[in-house]
Amino acid sequence: MSSSGSGIVSLRNVGKTFESGTVALNHFSLDVREGEFVSLLGPSGCGKSTVLRIIAGLSAPSAGAIEWPGDTASEGKIGFVFQEPTLMPWADVAANVRLPLRLAHADEVQSRAAVLQALEQVGLADFAHAFPRELSGGMKMRTSIARALATEPQLLLMDEPFAALDEITRFKLNNDLLTLWQALRRTVIFVTHSVFESVYLSQRIVLMTPRPGRVFAEIAIPAPYPRDERFRTSADYAGYCRQVAETLGKAMGGAP
Amino acid sequence: MSDRALRIGLPVLMLALVLVAWDLVVRAFAIPPFVLPSPGLVLSTLIADGGLLWQSLLVTLTTTFEGFLLAAIGGIGLAVLFSQSRLIEYSLYPYAVILQVTPIVAIAPLLLIYLPQPLAVLACAWIVAFFPVLANTTLGLASVDHNLIALFDLYQATRWQLLWNLKLPSALPQMLAGLRIAGGLSLIGAVVAEIAAGSAGAGSGLAYRIAESGYRLNIPRMFAALLLLSLAGIAIFFALSALSHLALRRWHESAVKRER
Repeated sequence: MSSSGSGIVSLRNVGKTFESGTVALNHFSLDVREGEFVSLLGPSGCGKSTVLRIIAGLSAPSAGAIEWPGDTASEGKIGFVFQEPTLMPWADVAANVRLPLRLAHADEVQSRAAVLQALEQVGLADFAHAFPRELSGGMKMRTSIARALATEPQLLLMDEPFAALDEITRFKLNNDLLTLWQALRRTVIFVTHSVFESVYLSQRIVLMTPRPGRVFAEIAIPAPYPRDERFRTSADYAGYCRQVAETLGKAMGGAP
Repeated sequence: MSDRALRIGLPVLMLALVLVAWDLVVRAFAIPPFVLPSPGLVLSTLIADGGLLWQSLLVTLTTTFEGFLLAAIGGIGLAVLFSQSRLIEYSLYPYAVILQVTPIVAIAPLLLIYLPQPLAVLACAWIVAFFPVLANTTLGLASVDHNLIALFDLYQATRWQLLWNLKLPSALPQMLAGLRIAGGLSLIGAVVAEIAAGSAGAGSGLAYRIAESGYRLNIPRMFAALLLLSLAGIAIFFALSALSHLALRRWHESAVKRER
């Protein structure tokens, strides 16, 4: 299933050099289309997170340009999910999810409805008044995703969101994320260092090489959605994983 | 016996043993009251001089409370100011440290020369109490989760929203720890200044009563006043601990009960 949507964001020859002199990105170019699920895959330190931060406007590129072709997605319409849940421990789940709306001075009644909807989407409606410390790691991450969805962003940026979770929880969240993506049709840019996770989730995988970070290859995963546990154990899936792992091995400049 | 019963019961038992031993020693060696009064005499003095001591206690507690309040406002206010402007922090922080490391006993006589006596006492209470609030709040404001700051950036939060919705709540545990220390210290500051003032022959606080009773060899009253002072210190400590617990019990690790 290939997406035929129009472009949502394009990075043109983006470079990023930190004050320390580290070149994180060099001539990095990427086009993302509306409704697409793209993964950025690469070893740690290859600048994947830097790409997300630049798209989110949290970090300014040292070179190159970012283009937003449509007006549907401006910087205000971005949701961000960090590697850690990044919740405010003094606020309950509902207040955490409501934060972006509160900062935007959104209408009280509308935000309450939006929060409830976001919590239902991630299956946490019953935990609205729990505090983060009372939640499991997976539930904290669900809260974080609900918060990112609360503003109904056109573009969802996810920075290794499931890396710290156990495998069972990660698989469950992978499935739920795909279900959500199919229902909402938001564009997702997903950063991961797991070959298996990227193949399972994405329509397209962008492989990156480290120091300086740049695109090494792009691999499409044309397997149809919905993908479920049967896909996870299929020969097709294993084949894609082998292909991606081999390419990643080449990207690293050695044997896989 | 439960842990809780032991934690309360054992100190009480200890106190009773010490009081009995104290009483026995005074009786056995027939120690005169101007050297060491018996516990019973201290208690009866406390009751007999109750009116006078109570008035003095109120004076000292008022100073302590005012000093504490000013320290809280000044410490938190200055910490917030520091977190907003590095230039202000660099300009002022060293002097806050100097104020803290100079012994208050040495500053008090000087303050008494320049300021009217009640104001000098208040200034001493403030000087010793304000630094822990400043230092702790500054630490708290500087230790905010950087990802949460990025999140606030992403949603284009204003400076005020960042301070009010993120930095201050996040610094609350450290702030409360600073306030808890400041409570005890403002009592100490007030007492030090009153003692210094007492040697100049003016004052009406509880510490002044102690100094005065010392000159008059009224040792039982000294003990009674001292007892009141430490009870006041204990009350302040518990009040601030309770406040801290109430504010943090829902979310902060320090206040959460864990089952093992």
